[in-house]
Amino acid sequence: MNTQLAAGRDTPLWRRLAGNGPVLAGGTVAVVFVLAAAAAPLLAPYDPARADFQAALQGPGWSHWLGTDDLGRDQLSRVIHGARASMQVGVLAVVLAFLVGVPLGLVAGYYERFTDSVVSRVTDTLLAFPFLVLAVGLAAVLGPSLLNATIAIGVSLVPQVVRVARAETLRLKHLDYVQAALASGGGPGTVLFRHVLPNATSALLVQATVGIPAAIISEALLSFLGLGVQPPDPSLGVMLSGAQPYIAAAPWMAVFPGIAIVAATLAFNLLGDGVRDVLDPKGPKRGGR
Amino acid sequence: MTRYLLRRLGQSGVTLVLVSIVVFVGVRAMPGDTARALAGEETTPEALAAIRAEYGLDDNIAVQYARYVQHALTGDLGTSARTGLPVLDAILDALPVTLELALFSLLFAVVLGIGAGVVAAVRRGKPAEWAASTVALLGLSVPNFWLGIVLILGFAIALPLFPASGFVPFGTDPAENLRRMVLPAVVLGTGLAAVVMRQTRAAMLESLSADYVRTARAKGLSPWQVTGGHALRNSLITVVTVLGLQLGQLISGAVVTEQIFVLPGFGKLMIDAVFTRDYAMVQGVVLFTATAYILVNLAVDLLYSLIDPRIRLGGAR
Repeated sequence: MNTQLAAGRDTPLWRRLAGNGPVLAGGTVAVVFVLAAAAAPLLAPYDPARADFQAALQGPGWSHWLGTDDLGRDQLSRVIHGARASMQVGVLAVVLAFLVGVPLGLVAGYYERFTDSVVSRVTDTLLAFPFLVLAVGLAAVLGPSLLNATIAIGVSLVPQVVRVARAETLRLKHLDYVQAALASGGGPGTVLFRHVLPNATSALLVQATVGIPAAIISEALLSFLGLGVQPPDPSLGVMLSGAQPYIAAAPWMAVFPGIAIVAATLAFNLLGDGVRDVLDPKGPKRGGR
Repeated sequence: MTRYLLRRLGQSGVTLVLVSIVVFVGVRAMPGDTARALAGEETTPEALAAIRAEYGLDDNIAVQYARYVQHALTGDLGTSARTGLPVLDAILDALPVTLELALFSLLFAVVLGIGAGVVAAVRRGKPAEWAASTVALLGLSVPNFWLGIVLILGFAIALPLFPASGFVPFGTDPAENLRRMVLPAVVLGTGLAAVVMRQTRAAMLESLSADYVRTARAKGLSPWQVTGGHALRNSLITVVTVLGLQLGQLISGAVVTEQIFVLPGFGKLMIDAVFTRDYAMVQGVVLFTATAYILVNLAVDLLYSLIDPRIRLGGAR
């Protein structure tokens, strides 16, 4: 056990991450997704919005690897562009949630008492809405679009980020080195951002890896319900919703976008599980959302 | 205990008030004009003014909120702009559908999740554990709306065993009601089953290495008695708590599942209301959901503090 611990401390973080199976497998697929999303216009063989009624509802074949939809649009191109929308929302929503949630959590944990009560009541209010009810409600208020879906999902993720940041601050602020920083005259801002935040990174990183797949699924879901990306723009959720009437005649329309969503979320979930194991070997495995 | 109870009650009360304000203001911020939605497409300015006066839409928003709360407390959640019927009636009509769906998916999740979790813990390091864990990870990663479409494709179209959509009340035809609930319950229960399986496995692994289990083995109990009677019983506390925490996921999932299988439940009521700009309905449904969610969470918390004295005595959360 001692040797294991010693090895754990000496090995650089990237080495430990690279040596972890789930991180490697999930990370590889996640990187492929990110690259495909970034290079979507270069990779997609066709214009994802171009209709070709001559080629409507074709099964997978040489000219259209994943078949075509009811308007004859190339499914592969639409899946690639849809993955781009998913990744955009996944990353931006988590960034938004962190930009709002981390400072709130730090302040709530640091000042406790009144500030903590206010922040906690606000997070409790947000948490009082089931995730999707909140996201649907926000998307309905803001109006359906990719940007608004991102905002709605980001805001829905805020309470969990606040909770993690707050808990970490509460834990860290009583430690000797933080007390020492305070005693030597460091202001709250310096202490929080120089001493508390860097040490809360691993817990927050784990939260981020949980947030991205949740955001990807939520985007697909909101778009599926008609509250996210608007047709004809491609999104994996829009594709699934458009596939429903043709499910018997053209099952590939529903199968491939779904596989893309599953692959992306599975990859990020694996990555998240692995990162959690590496950063927090003693921590309990949480069940996910 | 009384202090903890009172504090928890107070917190829930404050959250409820904040939730009602958020919902009220949020619904007023929705694009579109309530009066126009009530009047319909073809209308005159005079008719709009009359509707505004009738519903008090010209009043200060604080006055409108106070009136809404006053009515809500007497069970009047307003009138649906689309059907002209009381919102509360629509909610009470939809509630049994969603509750039935939730009940069956919970049942599915508990039976499958606990069973697989126990097998994974007992057969640690064997193919059975690997298989159960992989299926659980898949269950967490497959979005339920896609699972719904795939199951319809498989068991309603390719193998027509179950209907693809629609609802029959239990009172009308119990057998048909159950037949139509199978696919939706599986769709809604799968993600939950995965969570239950992971929690059961983790709790069982902990129990199985505990001293009392070793004692039970040492005094010659059969493996069945040790696993079922001792280890599982103590693991169930954790599992029950996790189920309570998953309630939000269950409600979110129900919204989607009802949409796919065209079940006239709570979720479908909400989505339809959003799309038809039926503000009173959106407000009523969201408020009702949030209230139920807060109350159930409160109940779970209180129950848990009864089960686990550490929470009750520690007090600090």
